[in-house]
Amino acid sequence: MSDTVIRVEGLGKRYRIGAASKPPSSRLDAAWRLASAPFAYIGSMLREPTAEETLWALRDVSFEVHQGEVLGVIGRNGAGKSTLLKILSRITEPTEGKADIRGRVGSLLEVGTGFHPELTGRENIYLNGTILGMSKAEIARKFDEIVDFSGIERFIDTPVKRYSSGMYVRLGFAVAAHLETEVLLVDEVLAVGDAPFQKKCLGKMGDVAKEGRTVLFVSHNMKVMNRLCPRAVLLSEGNLVSDGPTHSVTRTYLESVVRATATRTWPDIGEAPGNEFVRLRSVRICKEDDTTTQVVDIRKPVGVQLEFNVLKPGMLLSPNFYCTNEEGIIAFISGQHDPEWQDKPRPVGHYVSTAWIPGNLLSEGTYVISPAISTMNPIRVHCWEKDSVAFQVVDPGEGDSARGNFEGHMPGVVRPLLRWTTNWTAESHT
Amino acid sequence: MSQVSADAVTQIRATRGWTRLGLRDLWEYRELLYFLAWREIKSRYRQMALGPLWLVLVPLANMLVFTFVMRVANIDTKGVPRPLFVLAGILPWQFFAEATRKSSTSLVNNLPVITKVYFPRLLVPLSTVVVGTVDFVVAFLLMIVLMLAYGVAPTVGILSLPAFLALAVATALAVGLWLAAIAVKFRDVGYGITYLLLLWMFLSPVFYPSSLVGGRFYVLYRLNPLVHVIEGFRWGLFGVGHAPGSLAAISTGLVLFLLITGAWVFRRTERTIVDFV
Repeated sequence: MSDTVIRVEGLGKRYRIGAASKPPSSRLDAAWRLASAPFAYIGSMLREPTAEETLWALRDVSFEVHQGEVLGVIGRNGAGKSTLLKILSRITEPTEGKADIRGRVGSLLEVGTGFHPELTGRENIYLNGTILGMSKAEIARKFDEIVDFSGIERFIDTPVKRYSSGMYVRLGFAVAAHLETEVLLVDEVLAVGDAPFQKKCLGKMGDVAKEGRTVLFVSHNMKVMNRLCPRAVLLSEGNLVSDGPTHSVTRTYLESVVRATATRTWPDIGEAPGNEFVRLRSVRICKEDDTTTQVVDIRKPVGVQLEFNVLKPGMLLSPNFYCTNEEGIIAFISGQHDPEWQDKPRPVGHYVSTAWIPGNLLSEGTYVISPAISTMNPIRVHCWEKDSVAFQVVDPGEGDSARGNFEGHMPGVVRPLLRWTTNWTAESHT
Repeated sequence: MSQVSADAVTQIRATRGWTRLGLRDLWEYRELLYFLAWREIKSRYRQMALGPLWLVLVPLANMLVFTFVMRVANIDTKGVPRPLFVLAGILPWQFFAEATRKSSTSLVNNLPVITKVYFPRLLVPLSTVVVGTVDFVVAFLLMIVLMLAYGVAPTVGILSLPAFLALAVATALAVGLWLAAIAVKFRDVGYGITYLLLLWMFLSPVFYPSSLVGGRFYVLYRLNPLVHVIEGFRWGLFGVGHAPGSLAAISTGLVLFLLITGAWVFRRTERTIVDFV
């Protein structure tokens, strides 16, 4: 008796994308094309597509998911995540390969599928539930729970076209969250609603996992991924390139897909960034124990290390860097300001400078480092390497970070762990 | 969640060639058929003043115009009051035309749902036919009222009306399934269907008795199943014309053939419908 719930073997999906047509060579050609367009279209639809008209959105993908496992599927846009989900939820058929799923399958590719704007919330709960595969009796049994979860009791008999978009998605998620299938396929529908509702959604997803149901979860939100899924697979251009613990797969993702690594070196000094005064030789992200790392615990300090050669003596040099978050916002800039080197012309030699970003400062997410070496007053930039290395700040959620035991979306560029003081006075009512 | 359903294995394969009709799957999703039809009926008349009254007003208006045409052309209706004679043609025709039009555009119209969740796609055109049948029953009240008003008593043949309605359902589905499958790749269907139905109406005895068509067109004309549906209605309600004969049987056979092949073609298309949007 195997506990494999989802088995995917050699799955592939080919799409017809249509070849780009060349611009007409003459007016006669243009007129001819206009006249023959219907036949050309019929022809293109009926014959087998040629190689350049097709695209393999997914190719030779194999993996297994076991009973009670929550598997994350990671990949950038167009990597084949949605195609995989569509095949597994039977919305479209694969071109090759096969997949077996044991148990009832529920798929949530969208919030509020089939909602009719003219119908009331109550009516849409039944409609949406039935479309998702629930029986009428099942919906009736869970109706109060669903309404309660959505938090829109007052408007349950109002047509949903009068709902705010927030209410709409909350109702949609509430129905979806009460699907009781053994297998759940979830696209990034979690990112809905305001912060408290998102927390509720994430909590619900966590519960689903604890109930021993099998979940396949697609997202490109690494934070959510790391928290919800112990294991993940990485898709890139339709191929499965990595399968393992989520933290190591997200590292591979960052390295291969964002094309950013935790370390970058220039072995040949002639090609290293810089000029006749100074050459940058390497940049890396390190932990306190000096090991290079891509993933950083939010509570621990992280080092940005610059290694450079000074070729001519006598310059005042300041190694520095930009730290940019995943939205491209500069979180901070830092340059070397220690008194020892700030006003001291540098002798020729090999330098290693490390800047320590304290723990409990940055938010969760991906950060990109753009190192530079400059001379201040007057300013002169000797080298600047945009987006050289990257690292990811994750919160393992052990309760002693600024997150505490909160599991939902936490906005903010920084996340300091502040000291809180409390004065308490017992008030006596006289 | 029974043990049976928990252990059921969904097999996802690349199917080649013809597949099974999936009637069992269809049965398992029967509640959705009901809800899709219910959604259509429930939402259709929101923000309308006349609402369901339209179901009666349209055939009534058609009846008045066609009665006028018949009177001008001085067409003999064998003693049946002209309005009743016309209405017996309009009601099944209207049902057929609406069901055909809606089912042939149903896949394209329901793409938002179809691309997001799996269910047997056959339910979509089927639900439009269910809605059409409900509409027909409501519109038929007009016939009952008018028959009472004219003092026309139905013959025993009225019991055969469901059979003729079934033939209209089968014809609408046969055409609808074929066209719905084609419409996925060729949206031309949406335009073409209106014209097709207009032509088809003239080739059906909606506002003239089928007995007018004879000679060398006799057999060809009677291959049209709608001829038998409408003739059947007039025969069943008023006892005019003939009971269905061998040509009706041949025509029905033709419809069944189109219906079954249409269902196959539809199934073949539904596997990859979302790839074409």
